[in-house]
Amino acid sequence: MIEVKNLTKKYGDKVAVNDISFKVEKGEILGFLGPNGAGKSTTMNMLTGYISSSSGRILINGVDILEDPKKAKSFIGYLPEIPPLYVDMTVDGYLNFMYDLKKCKLPRKAHLKDVCDLCKITDVRNRIIKNLSKGYRQRVGLAQALIGNPPVLILDEPTVGLDPNQIIEIRTLIKKLGKNHTVILSSHILPEIQAVCDKIIIINKGVVAADGTADEIAKNITNEHKMTIRIEGTTKTSADKDEIVAALRAIDGVKYVRADMERETGIYDYDVESEEDSDIRRDINKVCSEKGWNVLMMQLSDLTLEDIFMKITVGDGIEAEAQAAASKPKVRINLNFGDQSDDDDDDDEDNGSEENEDNITGSENESIEDENASGEENENGGQE
Amino acid sequence: MGAIYRREMGAFFTSGLAYVFLSVFFLFSGYFFYAGTLQSGTTDTSAMFNALFLVVLFLIPILTMRLLSEEKKQKTDQGLLTAPIGLWSIVLGKYFAALTLFIIAESISFVYALILSAYGTVVWATLIANYFAMLILGAAFIAVGLFISSLTENQMASAVASFLALMLLYMLDEIEQSISIEFIQKILSALSFYSRFTEFTMGIFNLSSVIFYISAVFIFNFFTVRILEKRRWS
Repeated sequence: MIEVKNLTKKYGDKVAVNDISFKVEKGEILGFLGPNGAGKSTTMNMLTGYISSSSGRILINGVDILEDPKKAKSFIGYLPEIPPLYVDMTVDGYLNFMYDLKKCKLPRKAHLKDVCDLCKITDVRNRIIKNLSKGYRQRVGLAQALIGNPPVLILDEPTVGLDPNQIIEIRTLIKKLGKNHTVILSSHILPEIQAVCDKIIIINKGVVAADGTADEIAKNITNEHKMTIRIEGTTKTSADKDEIVAALRAIDGVKYVRADMERETGIYDYDVESEEDSDIRRDINKVCSEKGWNVLMMQLSDLTLEDIFMKITVGDGIEAEAQAAASKPKVRINLNFGDQSDDDDDDDEDNGSEENEDNITGSENESIEDENASGEENENGGQE
Repeated sequence: MGAIYRREMGAFFTSGLAYVFLSVFFLFSGYFFYAGTLQSGTTDTSAMFNALFLVVLFLIPILTMRLLSEEKKQKTDQGLLTAPIGLWSIVLGKYFAALTLFIIAESISFVYALILSAYGTVVWATLIANYFAMLILGAAFIAVGLFISSLTENQMASAVASFLALMLLYMLDEIEQSISIEFIQKILSALSFYSRFTEFTMGIFNLSSVIFYISAVFIFNFFTVRILEKRRWS
């Protein structure tokens, strides 16, 4: 349905997208994941023919977007990052305009009604777009993309600006649409991609850092043993922290220890990674009882998509640049790991004072703790 | 093209721009009709049309300033450029919307001709040629304004630059006189919008001038399309 071959976009000397290739079949939902400025929007703009590629090919339904743009574009419904709304029109006027613009052949009244119902904007149809909230504008943008019932939907961060309930609704809607359409959606919100997408492509600095299903991507690095432990020290102050970290590090088989956030007063969580075939849980208990500490929680964690994302995107820039230079789209993720843990060890000395690292691990822990809580809560954590 | 044309027409009226344009046009054309024609008790309208050249020169940039610059600024061009239509449809849709508004203004001013015919003898051929000259002049100016609007994201910059460009076209005759090289003089006088226009007001219907204005329309719309095309490739 969508085939992308060696897609590259250069702005002068700057390479925004470097040699990306992928394929999406009918009825699949593909998620583009990447930090801000990774090249997600640039890729989508090329897919929709808004900008041209420097080299490479894009086939939509077998039609090359540069060779027959009109035909290729007629297969696509596109919601850009900023919805292309004429703010001084009413919602109805705008949707009618888009209906005409796309030369839609479906019965006008019924089709627009369907689209409005799907996006839940029926009650604002007669209002002027200028006066709508961001969430409603986003949904009008989505409605616009759905007009004409195009077989391919390309949605650039479709849930931005929506409240948690609306996010769930839109995700459900996208999933529903994914059955009969080909959907490409981008986001920097991980749970969203995980919840909605069949396939995931992680883009970093313009190159594909990983692709596959969430499980496939995770499988590449599950040989890691990772756990989160909450230990209560003797003094119940931050002074315990260094002592506990040192003691945990001394345990045989421990690769990496990092003190995390203060979860209860004076009590900290610690992220521990251990060697592949070692089970250190008993040793930890032993050490703690010797020192008179209490283990309040011990949780084994498989790597979540967030860990993977972090590994790939927060990982040192030199490595990513080396990947870009080698222009190998499919870099196996586990290549990074040996070096990675060393680096993290260094960071650890200053107790994770690096802000973004703290933030990301923070939300990750939340997601582990609130395993039963609904997805959107944990996503809010991510967004904040 | 139709969809864009209808939207632009709607936008002219909902934004109030159309009313400003029309009222200023009538204010000035009414004044020049009174001062140039009625007061001197003649049915010769050349004075009025000569004066209207400048009015049109001031008003066209207002009409065209936001046509493409605003799209770029509000990112609505993403909607247009990813829709299954060609660049010519986008440009011409906008062009004809602006032209329609100009034609509305002009056709209402046809009332002046009717007033004249009620009280005196009107040479209809000359008068209609005058209106026609005005029409193709406006058509060429709108194409220039639309082109300049595609170059910037800023409405005001677009308006001022269009105004300067039209002013330059108006001043070509002056420049021509101050240059003594015959070869350049010839080129400038061939390009002069103003002298071609005054020829019409004197009752001379010159087909080459008609072709000149229509070529200007085509060339500037072509440039606009190229600008939109180039933006995708940069």
